[in-house]
Amino acid sequence: MILSGSDTWPRVAPLAKERALAQIHPSEITPEHLYLSRRQFMGVAGALGASLLLGACGPQAASPAPEVAADPRRDDLGDPLNSFEQITSYNNYYEFSTDKQRVARLAQGFQTSPWEVAVGGLVRSPRVFGLEDLLRFDQEERIYRLRCVEAWSMVIPWIGFPLRRLLAEVEPLAAARYVRFETVLRPAAMPGQRDRFYPWPYVEGLRLDEAQHELTLLATGLYGKALTPQNGAPLRLVVPWKYGFKSIKAIVRIDLVEQMPTSLWMAMAPNEYGFYANVNPEVAHPRWSQATERRIGEVGRRPTLPFNGYAEQVAGLYTGMDLRANY
Amino acid sequence: MGHTAEHTGTTRTGWLRLAVHGLALLPLGLLLLDTGLGRLSVNPIQDLTLRTGKAALVLLMLSLACTPLNLLLGWKWALALRKPLGLYSFLYVCLHLLVFAVADYGLDPGLIGQAISEKRYVVAGFASFLLLLPLALSSTRAAMRRLGRWWRRLHRLVYAAAALAVLHYLWLAKVWREPALWGALLLVLLALRLPGVRRRLARWRSPGERRPAAGRSQP
Repeated sequence: MILSGSDTWPRVAPLAKERALAQIHPSEITPEHLYLSRRQFMGVAGALGASLLLGACGPQAASPAPEVAADPRRDDLGDPLNSFEQITSYNNYYEFSTDKQRVARLAQGFQTSPWEVAVGGLVRSPRVFGLEDLLRFDQEERIYRLRCVEAWSMVIPWIGFPLRRLLAEVEPLAAARYVRFETVLRPAAMPGQRDRFYPWPYVEGLRLDEAQHELTLLATGLYGKALTPQNGAPLRLVVPWKYGFKSIKAIVRIDLVEQMPTSLWMAMAPNEYGFYANVNPEVAHPRWSQATERRIGEVGRRPTLPFNGYAEQVAGLYTGMDLRANY
Repeated sequence: MGHTAEHTGTTRTGWLRLAVHGLALLPLGLLLLDTGLGRLSVNPIQDLTLRTGKAALVLLMLSLACTPLNLLLGWKWALALRKPLGLYSFLYVCLHLLVFAVADYGLDPGLIGQAISEKRYVVAGFASFLLLLPLALSSTRAAMRRLGRWWRRLHRLVYAAAALAVLHYLWLAKVWREPALWGALLLVLLALRLPGVRRRLARWRSPGERRPAAGRSQP
């Protein structure tokens, strides 16, 4: 168990590669006393499991939105969390709708149980994981900034586990260089997928070292509860230093591959969406500036930070790369 | 709005004008209602921006559809709606610009300058506003009289303003399909005004009759 009564995430084995990560002192991320105690956490995990297994009733229906007005938690830069209401009412999820306010309604009742994720490709031991298997990985809370390519952002307390642990289970082969993710294809339940304009299903990809980075999370929950359908239940990726569209939702396939995968957005507009999509105020989208953003809940604009404020931890992944060419 | 003094020839035109006022004020009313009731999204500035922009575009297209409707279907009464539709469109353009400059960018000259230099859609949108401005200012009967035949020429700027508005949308949209559809509609509306097309339409509508005074364009 990563979380225990007295200590806090991240208790990461300080691998040489991630010395930078260790520079964030845990107390900077979340005040210690506010962390879920082990017992509370077990409760969360139990509730998560139970509600996910109950499935169709809708996990979020089980309990009302938590009281967040007084939630004093902050991200590692000292900014407050966005509210549960904000996070679950404003979603970019084209499988349901291109209207961010309609997604939550259309996603109500979306079946997330049973759920299986096939992990394969260039691995020694391919395997199909049921959601209950995934919940057996130690779940931890991580407060991350999410920066949308549309220049808005939120601070979100996810629950999940590092993708690297799942990858370790299937043992990537030496030839594997990239990880390809795929969203469920279920046009009957996802009205946006009936629009043939988009090459469904949604596909995203990471370089293997990005996928194995300690910050890269497979999220199963949000605000201490099971992930809501509109946020990508039951399993989504969270890569906090990349634009939000990289963080693929409702994952059913994860493949280790040799060639760089073509994401849905790369297929739609190759000159506008690159593979890397690292948050970078210096590199404008071909048609929009990315220099500033609006934090949801704030009125003004704030400057966008390189790698969304995670440069210390992840800039090393891109040493020697031209970030203008590899946008 | 300049139309009040105009006498509407028939009651039908009167009702139509009333309908235009209602239709054109509906987006504003809904916006105020949603704002008052707290029904905007958690990104209200974006809502205000998108909704005022969409209303401006729709009304401008409707205004540009009046002349073709007359040409195609002989709906003469539609011609009287061009002005109110155009002016209401300009109202939403102004609201759109205000939301952008004041609410979104806090009138910060540095930020706005950066937005203009890095976002070409901002340039296209602002250029569209600049073209519409003299049209709105010269929409009174007095201005029409004073400008004489120049009024008509001046008001052809609306074609360029509409093209820039569609370009503005195309350049800002994540997905090109919807702006492309508006662009296609605009092309059709403009093509129907070409003198050759007009003549043929007039002949097709009234085969036996004398050649009407086609070719003269009405903005």
